[in-house]
Amino acid sequence: MAFDTQYTNQEFKVVGKRVLRPDGIDKVTGRARYGADMNAPGQLVGRILRSPHAHAKIRAIDTSKAEKLKGVKAVVTAADLPDLTRGDMGMYDTLENCMARGRALYDGHAVAAVAAIDADIARKALKLIKVDYEILPHVTDVDEAMKPGAPIVQPRIRTVGVNPAPTKPSNISQVSEFGHGDLDAGFAEADVIVEKSYKTEQTHQGYIEPHACLASVGPDGQAELWVTTQGPYMQRNTCAALLGLEVAKLRVTASEIGGGFGGKTHVWMEPVALALSRKANRPVKLVLTREEVFRGTGPTCSTSMDIKIGARRDGTITAAQAVLRYQDGAFPNIWGMLGAMTAWACYDLKNVKATAYDVLVNRPKVAAYRAPSAPMAAFGVESTMDLVAAEIGMDPVELRIKNAAKEGTRASYGPTYGPIGIGPTLEAAKNHPHMKAPLGANQGRGMACGFWFNFGGQTCVDLNIGQDGTVNLAVGTVDVGGARASLSMIAAEELGIPYEKVKCIVADTASLGHNDTTEGSRGTFSSGMATVFAARDAVRVLRERAAKTWDIPVDRVEWRDGKAHAFGDEHGNLAPLSLEELAAKAARTGGPIAGHNEIVADGAGVSFATHICDIEVDPETGKSRILRYTVIQDAGKAIHPDYVEGQFQGAAAQGIGWALNEEYIYGADGRLQNPGFLDYRIAVCSDLPMLDTQILEIPNPNHPYGIRGVGETSIVPPLAAIANAMSNAAGVRMTHTPMSPPRVLKAIREAHGA
Amino acid sequence: MRYESPKTTKEAAGLLAKAKGNAFVLAGGTDLLVRLKSEVIDPDLIVDIKRIPAMQGVTKTAAGFRIGAATSCAELGENAALKKAWPGVVEAATIIGSDQVQGRCTVVGNLCNASPAADSVPAMVAAGAKAVIVGPKGRRTVGVEKVVAGPGKTTLKKGEVIEAILLGKGGAKTGDAYLRFIPRTEMDIAVVSAGICLTLGPRGIIKEAKVALGAVGPTVEIVSAATKVLVGSTLDEATLEQLAVVCSAACRPIDDKRGTIEFRTEVAGVLARRAAKIAYQRAGGK
Ligand SMILES: Cc1cc2nc3c(=O)[nH]c(=O)nc-3n(C[C@H](O)[C@H](O)[C@H](O)COP(=O)(O)OP(=O)(O)OC[C@H]3O[C@@H](n4cnc5c(N)ncnc54)[C@H](O)[C@@H]3O)c2cc1C
Repeated sequence: MAFDTQYTNQEFKVVGKRVLRPDGIDKVTGRARYGADMNAPGQLVGRILRSPHAHAKIRAIDTSKAEKLKGVKAVVTAADLPDLTRGDMGMYDTLENCMARGRALYDGHAVAAVAAIDADIARKALKLIKVDYEILPHVTDVDEAMKPGAPIVQPRIRTVGVNPAPTKPSNISQVSEFGHGDLDAGFAEADVIVEKSYKTEQTHQGYIEPHACLASVGPDGQAELWVTTQGPYMQRNTCAALLGLEVAKLRVTASEIGGGFGGKTHVWMEPVALALSRKANRPVKLVLTREEVFRGTGPTCSTSMDIKIGARRDGTITAAQAVLRYQDGAFPNIWGMLGAMTAWACYDLKNVKATAYDVLVNRPKVAAYRAPSAPMAAFGVESTMDLVAAEIGMDPVELRIKNAAKEGTRASYGPTYGPIGIGPTLEAAKNHPHMKAPLGANQGRGMACGFWFNFGGQTCVDLNIGQDGTVNLAVGTVDVGGARASLSMIAAEELGIPYEKVKCIVADTASLGHNDTTEGSRGTFSSGMATVFAARDAVRVLRERAAKTWDIPVDRVEWRDGKAHAFGDEHGNLAPLSLEELAAKAARTGGPIAGHNEIVADGAGVSFATHICDIEVDPETGKSRILRYTVIQDAGKAIHPDYVEGQFQGAAAQGIGWALNEEYIYGADGRLQNPGFLDYRIAVCSDLPMLDTQILEIPNPNHPYGIRGVGETSIVPPLAAIANAMSNAAGVRMTHTPMSPPRVLKAIREAHGA
Repeated sequence: MRYESPKTTKEAAGLLAKAKGNAFVLAGGTDLLVRLKSEVIDPDLIVDIKRIPAMQGVTKTAAGFRIGAATSCAELGENAALKKAWPGVVEAATIIGSDQVQGRCTVVGNLCNASPAADSVPAMVAAGAKAVIVGPKGRRTVGVEKVVAGPGKTTLKKGEVIEAILLGKGGAKTGDAYLRFIPRTEMDIAVVSAGICLTLGPRGIIKEAKVALGAVGPTVEIVSAATKVLVGSTLDEATLEQLAVVCSAACRPIDDKRGTIEFRTEVAGVLARRAAKIAYQRAGGK
């Protein structure tokens, strides 16, 4: 059944209200079941042995002693995960990342795993496994990895995207380029040219719930996996491929999720848990420690970049260039490419270019992290924008307004924009009272903008009406940010019933068709679209049942306010039939009443944000304190404003932590020195002021409700907003994140002397 | 792993003295249990001291205060008399971790964990606190600075356990203060810290002064040069500047994931200056 996805400016009764969240009580009372909260009879405890070396050849692994330990039921190594990937290099990399195959590529790379009857025995068994390593030279810094003579991380890699195709291995896995116009001509037209280099250190998503799963594989090839993940179908498809299982026979259930932010869009230890279970013929529960989460799962990239902007005195940017170097960890990816695509997306530029290098280093495989790759590029671009503004003596907001992209602008990464929110968020910032608030000594204000694409993709929804007229909505996108509330609201809106009558669940992979992973802020956009259509499908059935009850043509029945109404001269006097009444009689009118929808949700609307930040810097210690912070973002349509504000705040909070203190610290030995929340410093509650939000609603023309994704964009501006504020507070231009007190104090000393 | 919870200090010392393998005292457990869980230690015996009445609570004595070794830092914060007499020590004890951590942790555990960054230690050293140690050979009392030998190491001998911390009376003319530098607002370990105790004579002239710096060396650094700078002064600007200089000069820090040598050295002086001002006010100086 085809549906029209166009925005219709429908009037809402439920959507836009701040209804109670359906998962609240379970979460605050501890009843919610997360990854580690499921148990099975006879389950074993799984544990993973990890490489202490950044780069090593694995000559041999002796598991015999561990196998002999009483209580150990299975020990697995790469030998138990044979290569079934048939030349699919992406899948092979995933396999190798789950379990080292003859070489360890980073500190924390899994090399073996055990399943035992209790945690104590599992721990002892790990100590009995002897791995014979031949230590190889390693490289962990992105700039070092690009130098000739750097240790090669993946000898198979030949740089993609350069002409002629190279014949020698390189740590540069890919070079990508975006843009248009003539840079040289553009810079020649400029009155001022500002060039600056930047670095950002590696950060982790820092979700509070560690990875956890319960895996069970029977001797008949039927398997189940309970797991904390953003993508149960991704888990199913990947694990089935790696273990040689049939997709339909591996049932994956997504647990309640304690944060993912992109880090749970990949498989990590789940194939290992399944392999252990298969070998032991018992269910295996595998829960990572925090240290393992830091060392063995995917953070985002560290980067290094050069930004160059040319502008006329009137503020017109004549040329803009970015050269971006992103490290992807030990496996090739496209994170640099995404950085290049997002770098200049906020602006309408005649001559623009972004070149990205995706670089391999001996660090964990990089995973998505909320608007992956965009924050770093924006740090460089938005910091340089402020430098340009200062150079020509223009207000930073005015400079951005003058160059802001608008409807019809050809984006630097290719497409031509429809209606977009960068201009409106900038105007809102300009007029925001925050911009005029007084500042004290050592205090400064900064602002910055951010962009994120948002995704759509494959989606499938079932809507079933119970005999009392209440409604079950089964979706396949994991609820990472309140989607169950929003989707229930959409179903209630379409059916014309109260929100409380709808119960939304995230179905397991055997109960619903394929759904792409909840990433790219696609959950509410795509499942929201499918819910609209599934509800309309159910309404069609309801009208048919009413027509049948009344014995009139269905085209004489309309659905309004949760009831079927007959209309026209002949039928207008029939009393309406409510959803409850139709549901109660369903058995006699044709059976269960349901609506379904399967789509590829296209047309995810791009999203923009502008942030304002006030900061105070202690000139004697370099310590900074965020005094006030305002997030202004385009939501398309805020289905549940509380959740939208929560997403804005959460994204900004993560960006602030990243900007100020978070970083992976590697020693000269290539080992991660701070794999814990004590020394990997995310922002704590008392570090932050109340983060103010302002929701703008510029409807996405490609969604019936105008929805755009809202979850990611606001992690993009904070790095530069803070750097710009710091520059105004302390007179130092920070070009390296985190802008931690030792770095800031050093910069202050260098700028102003002791 | 054996777990014991004796009722007397002597019993505790006896268990530790006889223990074979790795034996540990358990107070609040906020260091010990973390190390146990992260598999840094593999104890054979754990002696929990929280059931020993002689190690409970804060008591006023003729000489001042006695803090039982099992007294939580939160209890120190709730003791008005102690807070009035030794605000710096109490502040140091009640910035450890978070509310939850303070509900369990003790200053003796903080001392015996022997981290160069331990918060309560510079404050206790500056305040002249003493530790009452009970062991197979009886009881001895030493200055708290004598307890720590180096990072993770104490001078306690096999079978020895600290029963209490002793503090003087304080007084209207004495004031102490403690400041630490952390990059965040809480849940952090001091990058550098300063504890200061001042006693004033007539006309606001400093009569006695003790300055102890944390996280700038393997153990707390008692800056005797700072005492010289402070005594006889009324904490004028020049004295404060000089104090910062001698404190920075006394630092022997390392570069690590928490901070650089350069940063620790400079900020030690800044904190000493700021803490001195607070202590001076508390001692009645203007
Ligand atoms: C989340 C978190 C945050 C923290 N933040 C801080 C902080 O901000 N500042 C800070 O300084 N520390 C901090 N710590 C460390 C810890 O909380 C403190 O060192 C605390 O004071 C330890 O006290 P405890 O009673 O819990 O010690 P325990 O863990 O019980 O013991 C610590 C050590 O001392 C020994 N010991 C304890 N009592 C005795 C005794 N009576 N005689 C002999 N030996 C003894 C134990 O055997 C052990 O080796 C933090 C810890 C956590 C988990």
